[in-house]
Amino acid sequence: MELAHADLQTISLTEPLPGLLRRIGGTPLVRLTRLAGGLPETVAVYAKAEHLNPGGSVKDRAALAMIRAGLRSGALAGGKTLIDATSGNTGIAYAMIGAALGIPVTLAMPANASEERRKMLETYGAELILTDPMEGTDGAQRFVRARVARDPDRYFYPDQYNNNANWRAHFDGAGVEILDQTGGGVTHFVAGLGTTGTFTGVARRLKAFDPAIRCLSVQPDTPLHGIEGLKHMETALVPGIYDPALADAALTVETEEAYETTRRLAREEGLLVGVSSGANVAAALRVARSLEAGVVVTILCDAGTRYLSDSFWNPTR
Amino acid sequence: MSTTQTLTRIHIPTPLRAYTNHEATVAVAGATVGEALANLVARYPELKRHLFDDEGRLRSFVNVYVRDEDIRYLEGDRTPLGAGDELSIVPSIAGG
Ligand SMILES: Cc1ncc(COP(=O)(O)O)c(C=O)c1O
Repeated sequence: MELAHADLQTISLTEPLPGLLRRIGGTPLVRLTRLAGGLPETVAVYAKAEHLNPGGSVKDRAALAMIRAGLRSGALAGGKTLIDATSGNTGIAYAMIGAALGIPVTLAMPANASEERRKMLETYGAELILTDPMEGTDGAQRFVRARVARDPDRYFYPDQYNNNANWRAHFDGAGVEILDQTGGGVTHFVAGLGTTGTFTGVARRLKAFDPAIRCLSVQPDTPLHGIEGLKHMETALVPGIYDPALADAALTVETEEAYETTRRLAREEGLLVGVSSGANVAAALRVARSLEAGVVVTILCDAGTRYLSDSFWNPTR
Repeated sequence: MSTTQTLTRIHIPTPLRAYTNHEATVAVAGATVGEALANLVARYPELKRHLFDDEGRLRSFVNVYVRDEDIRYLEGDRTPLGAGDELSIVPSIAGG
């Protein structure tokens, strides 16, 4: 524990980060060719390959930013345990970064999270608390709040749903990178809402550069859905960082369409990604088809390998 | 087939309780999972489109558990229900 303590102080005071953590961000922007077939040459669809972050998801950026903010402010002092609620990806990012920096990590996650996710978290050495599947991540959030209220000095609770460092990670990260990688040519940005950090951060950056860039949010079309990682805001605990006024339009995607697009991304583009990526791409393609000219950018949120035990890959039922 | 009906308790996830008068559990009759779910949506018609597609099949992402076992690994909607069995409609995991 002494060693972990010393590490934390070094990290809070000096740059750069350990090698692994320097690989977070700077992801490729890939043009979709086959899925975007049939569009005029004046319309391009690009996907930001966030699943290529070292932890396998877009949440590496947010987790790192929240941990660094905690170190900077002193909220994450030596010996404290990081605790948060997660649907899996932020947890995997915390667990990976925690392992690299010597920070103990405790995560609350609904018990029906996939086996791959649970195993990954345990393999990184995180402590896992499985919460009531019927209450989803909202139940996991309530659990963490109660636990932290009982024992506040023991924990650093970043609270990803209400932490400005979450969206700022994407404002300073993917937002800037998308402007660079499109040479400032992006005209539309499409992304799903979980904590809303990705959409909020990137949209704010793009709007600051050019308010005419259209930013479209994506949600599941129904309260019960299969788009893991995304929230149906009307029936969910709404994150504090959510700014509904930011989106020029709110799009919805059916789970079946997200599944189909996820399968096609794997088979026709060689992009093995998760269902929320399929939802994003489905919505981005819909936007692209409505344009005569434009550059549509969306997000591939996480790697498909963490869904391999799911049944949607083979559409029989 | 017996004429005395055993009631099965169906656990409703929070996002769907808006359609069940905020009931967290609903007891319905039915000898199979399919019958129990049909009786559930007959009682709460607004639930129907959330659980079934236009052809009346359970939508592919709807996770139904009997005795903590996914019905995909049992006999699907033909899975028989015995006395004391409970059925859960389990939501996918939302953001974060
Ligand atoms: C698979 C997946 N997709 C999308 C998102 C949404 O990202 P954000 O929380 O930045 O809104 C998440 C968030 O955890 C996720 O896990």
